Amino acid sequence: MSIFIDKDTRLIVQGITGRDGSLHTRQAIEYGTQVVAGVTPGKGGQSFEGPNGVNVPIFNTVEDAMAATGANCSVIYVPPPFAADAIMEAAGAGVPFIVAITEGVPVLDMTRVYRHVKDNGSRLLGPNCPGLLSPGKSKVGIIPGQIATPGPVGVVSRSGTLTYEVAYQLTAAGIGQTTCVGIGGDPINGTSFIDCLAEFEKDPETQAVVMIGEIGGTDEQEAAAFVKQHMTKPVVGFIAGQTAPPGRRMGHAGAIISGSAGTAAEKMQAFEDNGILVMKRPSEVVELIRSVL
Amino acid sequence: MNIHEYQARELLKAHGVAVPDGDVAATPDEVEQIARRLGRTVVIKAQVHAGGRGKAGGVKLAQTPEEAREHAERILGMQIKGLTVHKVLVAPAADIASEAYVGIIVDRKTKSPVFMVSREGGIDIEEVAATNPEAIVQLPVDTRYGLLPFQAYYLATRLFDSLPQQRAAAKIMTGLYQTFIDAGASLAEINPLVTTPEGEVLALDAKINIDDNELFRRPALEQLRDETAEPEAETQAREAGLTFIKLDGNIGACVNGAGLAMATMDLIKYYGGDPANFLDIGGSSNPEKVVNALRIITSDPNVKVILFNIFGGITRCDDVANGIVTATQRIDIKVPLVIRLTGTNDKLAIEILEKAGFSATTSMDEVVQKAVELAGK
Repeated sequence: MSIFIDKDTRLIVQGITGRDGSLHTRQAIEYGTQVVAGVTPGKGGQSFEGPNGVNVPIFNTVEDAMAATGANCSVIYVPPPFAADAIMEAAGAGVPFIVAITEGVPVLDMTRVYRHVKDNGSRLLGPNCPGLLSPGKSKVGIIPGQIATPGPVGVVSRSGTLTYEVAYQLTAAGIGQTTCVGIGGDPINGTSFIDCLAEFEKDPETQAVVMIGEIGGTDEQEAAAFVKQHMTKPVVGFIAGQTAPPGRRMGHAGAIISGSAGTAAEKMQAFEDNGILVMKRPSEVVELIRSVL
Repeated sequence: MNIHEYQARELLKAHGVAVPDGDVAATPDEVEQIARRLGRTVVIKAQVHAGGRGKAGGVKLAQTPEEAREHAERILGMQIKGLTVHKVLVAPAADIASEAYVGIIVDRKTKSPVFMVSREGGIDIEEVAATNPEAIVQLPVDTRYGLLPFQAYYLATRLFDSLPQQRAAAKIMTGLYQTFIDAGASLAEINPLVTTPEGEVLALDAKINIDDNELFRRPALEQLRDETAEPEAETQAREAGLTFIKLDGNIGACVNGAGLAMATMDLIKYYGGDPANFLDIGGSSNPEKVVNALRIITSDPNVKVILFNIFGGITRCDDVANGIVTATQRIDIKVPLVIRLTGTNDKLAIEILEKAGFSATTSMDEVVQKAVELAGK
């Protein structure tokens, strides 16, 4: 098993003819992901020539792509000015799981998108995230396939390359993963640490979870409390930015709203207080995961 | 992007928020003229992107135009938290009967802009938040509907008891929200929102931060950016599409991805070293980016060693290796380079680098230890 995506994932690519969209669509097809449709306005009726003789039909709208293919997932590579609209289009067309890779989506756009997605009963991962990978089954987004291998560890992270780093260290040590999920680092994103932890807890094949956080906000503290209350599986955690200098902050509103400075020390303490094993360096992940498996 | 108080005032004024008279000046002459025009006691306020201006001596009262000029001579050119003051705001000194706080910020938890208002405004608002959070009223706003009139009035009633002041404050709430949305802000704050002995409600000081991701559709706001208010290297980095923050150490770091960059800085400290910068070159192996990154890092005379930490995912390590080789041919680098590449095509990358006379490794711990050792020499 795995979380969110598996062998039955049938994927629409929004922005399939763009530079990033076409590159990653090819890689996804090579990995074995079922890419069933592409969407690019004005290019409906054409097709996208993928590797291994795969031809992906292109539609003008997500509505058309859904009607023709019955897809269950969509990935978004469209540029920032159009990303919010693309996410809302997918949710409105009834796509149950939407992955937004696009970096640079205005946060006020996301305040509207978040509610629209919820009202339509869809789940959004991202934006500004690397997507997710269920090794040996399916890959949606830009996580390189070769850094992961099937196995018992779930990985969830706010950071892109740091996710790769940790997955790669595990893989190199012969420890595989059920699913690697990058939730993205934007202030407003669709799927939280807690959402992923809950899925990993339910997934029978996941035996342990690695959670990689960063400074800023209080998502990691809330996730830590969730681990203590709701999880039976062991969790290993890392926080990037332990030595980051305090920013040249202006205004008071940030500190007032969160009641927290969001430092790495605070987050690591919350991890420890809630029974999460804390790694001080990324390379410690192997040793800590071995100790709990 | 931060904008100055005088710019924030203009945006608020354009949205019907009552702000005191006043103007911005860059020379003591201009300050004197503005003070003369205002014809009363004025306040002279340094325009820098830093808090604590008052405590640093960057805010002064002047009874006469001559005194205003004297203060301006001292304030213009002074350093506040490492930033040089190039402009001052000259405004009439308000007689203050009360000070309230009004702020809007995009909140991760409610995934909305949230209004925060308090009767206890002024410089100690964070203290109030920590010790007496009930004194701050919060209200999330659904951006699909905007701030509704009853919500603006509700917030106003949390601050004032008299109907005329409540009406004036409700208008200010609406104007502040509209400014926030129109500017694509991530934060907008009026602190203090004062009442005068005559009962007027005025926005005495304002701060607005604009979401950089909104600037593509707001070219007019991009013009408000003050490049003298940030270190030159950070301006260069932004123009080159790199994220760069200068630090005080001597190990120059070049990493792909913000999370990995932070983890690299952490590891440098873990092994007893000190990073000279945070630099994220992003997900591209374009040699031009590597050249720009090396230029920016080597312009810091403190740098004794340059550390590359690259995870090749979609970015292929051999492309990055070629980028490093090209870059070092184009700029003269006088300090040692230590390189870690891992991921896609890492073995090939290391071969390329070794052929060009560099040594490289796939271990992050190893390369950081080596950088710390070289920097210590």
